[in-house]
Order: sequence, then structure tokens, then C-alpha cells
Amino acid sequence: MAYGRSDRAVPQALKILIAGGFGVGKTTLVSSVSEISPLRTEEVLTSASAGTDDLGGVEAKTTTTVAMDFGRITIAPHLVLYLFGTPGQDRFMFLWDELASGSLGAVVMADTRRLADSFNVIDYFERRGTPFMIAVNCFDGVRSHTATQVRTALDLEQHVPVVLCDARERESVKEVLISLLEYILRGAAAAK
Amino acid sequence: MSVGDGAYAGPFDSGEPDWLDEEAGPVVRPYTITGGRVDPAGFDLIAHVVATPGNPAAPPGDPARGQTPEERAILTVAANPCAVVEVAAIVDLPLGVVRVLLADLHEKDLIERYDPPAAPDGPNEQLLQAVIHGLRSI
Repeated sequence: MAYGRSDRAVPQALKILIAGGFGVGKTTLVSSVSEISPLRTEEVLTSASAGTDDLGGVEAKTTTTVAMDFGRITIAPHLVLYLFGTPGQDRFMFLWDELASGSLGAVVMADTRRLADSFNVIDYFERRGTPFMIAVNCFDGVRSHTATQVRTALDLEQHVPVVLCDARERESVKEVLISLLEYILRGAAAAK
Repeated sequence: MSVGDGAYAGPFDSGEPDWLDEEAGPVVRPYTITGGRVDPAGFDLIAHVVATPGNPAAPPGDPARGQTPEERAILTVAANPCAVVEVAAIVDLPLGVVRVLLADLHEKDLIERYDPPAAPDGPNEQLLQAVIHGLRSI
């Protein structure tokens, strides 16, 4: 039956952002747990403001295409979690306002060889008050740094979770997401 | 579906015509499809849309319904509930374009729109517990 109630039930949708510098493994992480191969959606940006109805005559303005990769996990029949790999480049950070709005929280992926790439991202979530955690992607299973060393290097507050993970491993990524959700849960409980 | 190749080839992107390459640029500038309009209705990325019962996509070449190929593509994808961001990815159109078309379709009562619930006080604990439990069991 094409239009049966069960077919048309609209799930409750939640989102988590997967942020971090270029090439840190965001799409890999999303692929590891997503039930669909990560999809990509693109947005065409122009310098025209969103309030403008008519873009005629703006051909000379710069246009940029920015891509977002995302995946989906069906948690329960009517509960779906979306993971958004956010465009890493600083110049796209303004797009994050929309992504961060209404999100449960964010996983900031870090590569110990390029920790500085994470600074802007961490700064963004701190300023916005979005709960976030750090997931250190250990390429090739090499755990060359401890979570404590990373915490110190990133100058993080004690309550921010830092975990080591392998973005290619589904179980490892599940643990990352569970750590974030438990952290958010602790925050929600403390705010009461 | 081609992904990330930069060449815009429309909603039925089943193969690259050999006369079309990156240097040719977009065949149709994305916002030509929307008549130059941008995001009027603010569809959330994870808002769900579903075609209104009894209003499936018109068959191609049925001028009576006045649907564009892009609108038909969206209605086909939205036969079952689908997140806005998935609609955009599947029909292979920029998100902003899809939002404009969704707003048109919504205005014509061809789709239903379900926004994610706003949570001014943050997510509730019961929901978080359900997600954690669900993640452990998948």
C-alpha cells in the first residue's frame, strides 16, 4: 500500500556535526557508522544576501560551491540521527551557524600531527555554546599521544571529553558518538 | 549519481554527455531553475517532506500539472518521507535551489512539511538516553 500510515510516518530527526580540519577523516568517520553511503549535498554561494529576491545582474559576483557530506543512522523506527561532516575550511565557517542550529552537539576530529587545525573549530563551538568533544583520529592505529597530552595541547576545559579513535572502525566511531551523547546528557542533568 | 564533479547536469544525472566537460561550466545556472529566487521559507536541513497523498509526481510530458522536471524529481523522491538534505543529494541539485522548489511545492499543497521540533531548553534526557541505547544496540 503506497500511502499506508506506516510508510508515511515521519521520523524524529536529530543531528550531530562532525567537524575538523581538512583531511582529518570526517567523511571516513561518517561512512563507518552510516547506514547509507555518505551523500553529498552542495550549496552554491554568492555574495548576494539571502534577503534579495532577484539575482539578475549579479553574474559578476563570486560564486563558490561548498559540499557537505552526511550520513544517517536509524536509531529506532521513528528516530533518525544525521551526521554532518562540516566543510573544514575557515572561509565556510559562516555556514556552520545553520548546521549548528538545533544540533545535539559536535565531534571535533583532530589529527595530532596538525592539532592547530582544530583551534578555530573549537573556538567556534565554545563561543556558540554547542556541546563538543574531541576525537583524535589515530591513523594506522598509531596512538602516539595520550588523551591528556592532547587536552593540554588544545587547552581544553576538564569537562570536555577527549577520546582516541579509529575513524575506519564502526565500533570505535559508535563509542565516540556515545561519549558525546553521555557528555550532553551530563550537561542536561547538571543544568537542572 | 555523480558527486562533487562540479559540472551541474540536472536532476537526472545519469551519465556525462561526452560533449560536456568541466570547462563547459554549468549547463543551466542553478538559480535559473528558481527564477533567481533564493531560500524563501527556511526549510531546515533535516526537516522532512512527503508528497501529499493523491498528488504523486505527474508523468513526464503532462503539461496539465505544470510541473517542471525538477519538481517531478523532488515529488518522486518524496513519495515517502525524506529529509530535505537527502532530497537535495538524491536529485543532485544545490540545497538552496531545492529549498525554493520545496517552498513552491508546499505552497501548491503538493508536499507536506515536518520541521524538527524546536528544543529551546536543549534536548531532553529521555531522548538522549534513547539515542545512546539505540547506538549500543545497532
